[in-house]
Amino acid sequence: MKAVNHLLLIFFGALLIYASLGLPNRGDSEAVMHREKSPAGSPGASSYYIRNAYKDAQTPNMVTVILADYRGYDTLGEETVILTAGLICYLILRRNGTSSRRREETGEEGADAQI
Amino acid sequence: MIDFILGHYVYWAIIALLIIGLYGMIFKNNLAKKLIGMTIFQVAIIMFYVASASKWAATVPVLDTALGAAEAAKYISPLQHCLMLTAIVVGVATSGVAFALVISIFRTYKTLTESVLLERMKSS
Amino acid sequence: MLKYKYNPIILMVSRVVSPFIMLFALYVIFHGHYSPGGGFQGGTLLAASLLLIRLAAGSEIAQLQFRSVLGTPLGSLGVLIYFGAGFTALLFGGQFLNYGFLPVAGLTAAELRSLGILMVEIGVGLAVMAILVAIYDDLLEGYQDD
Repeated sequence: MKAVNHLLLIFFGALLIYASLGLPNRGDSEAVMHREKSPAGSPGASSYYIRNAYKDAQTPNMVTVILADYRGYDTLGEETVILTAGLICYLILRRNGTSSRRREETGEEGADAQI
Repeated sequence: MIDFILGHYVYWAIIALLIIGLYGMIFKNNLAKKLIGMTIFQVAIIMFYVASASKWAATVPVLDTALGAAEAAKYISPLQHCLMLTAIVVGVATSGVAFALVISIFRTYKTLTESVLLERMKSS
Repeated sequence: MLKYKYNPIILMVSRVVSPFIMLFALYVIFHGHYSPGGGFQGGTLLAASLLLIRLAAGSEIAQLQFRSVLGTPLGSLGVLIYFGAGFTALLFGGQFLNYGFLPVAGLTAAELRSLGILMVEIGVGLAVMAILVAIYDDLLEGYQDD
């Protein structure tokens, strides 16, 4: 059982390396994603953002303009995710007064405790 | 050949980090160690995106008044950086929730080893 | 279990350093327009300055700096600021989150967008700070350090 798991992991790693052989060289300015026009004819996203960020928002930092202006809806959803995670932690881990006292009496060093 | 290796060794190093994270998630018996494997996996994915955004002889995606905004080949691509900012913070929040669940499991079953945990869940 | 003895060097250094980390975090949030930075980075730095005192001096003394009950309400306030900026743009004629329609007089549309980005980044920084400190406090709820 363990041998099959190891072989599957190695096979997955080899598959990923085979897939990465088709990627363009790192840092190539002529790669498809950095061009002015995408293969479908629409303007390429990153070059459009670079050229128009200061004109649209008077802000030199292009990453902030994309995060808060062009893709502001995604940032709103992500902030909701953070708030939900905080609420989940509160709801899972809160304790009422009696249950916390009862758990302190059984103690942490009982015979069943194994880490 | 040398150009090919120089252009791709970054991706192979990131794939090695990914495999380390997957190894930790699958082969370790302790729940906390599995969570650490998941965090390593997330870091590998983030580094892959940021590594794919680079361009040779290009500068930070902050507008430089000397360079101007006309040529897009002088700045590295800002889109991947924006997406990964979101991904980092969501990863932190997800790790917080995961550790809250691990603490709750420990309070109920008094163990974090996976095999012992499964036995206690079946018997209780 | 080893009992944690409070170390005077760590306490002294943490008390001195924590306000400066907070100041630097505010700098990172407000200069997100002109240099790398912004809401998420500044919010995490603010949370780090609060968690430093919680780790160095214990949770009870750290309530003097930032009370634990304020965690989740401030997070909701941050999301509300973000939503409010988008909703104000909706009420004054534009689409949701189109900052060009915010009702501030005497600015062009591009400068209004800059103002809208600043408000949104403040909201994000506040929410990230409050929720990270709240997650830490919830994970440590049943622990007494005597």
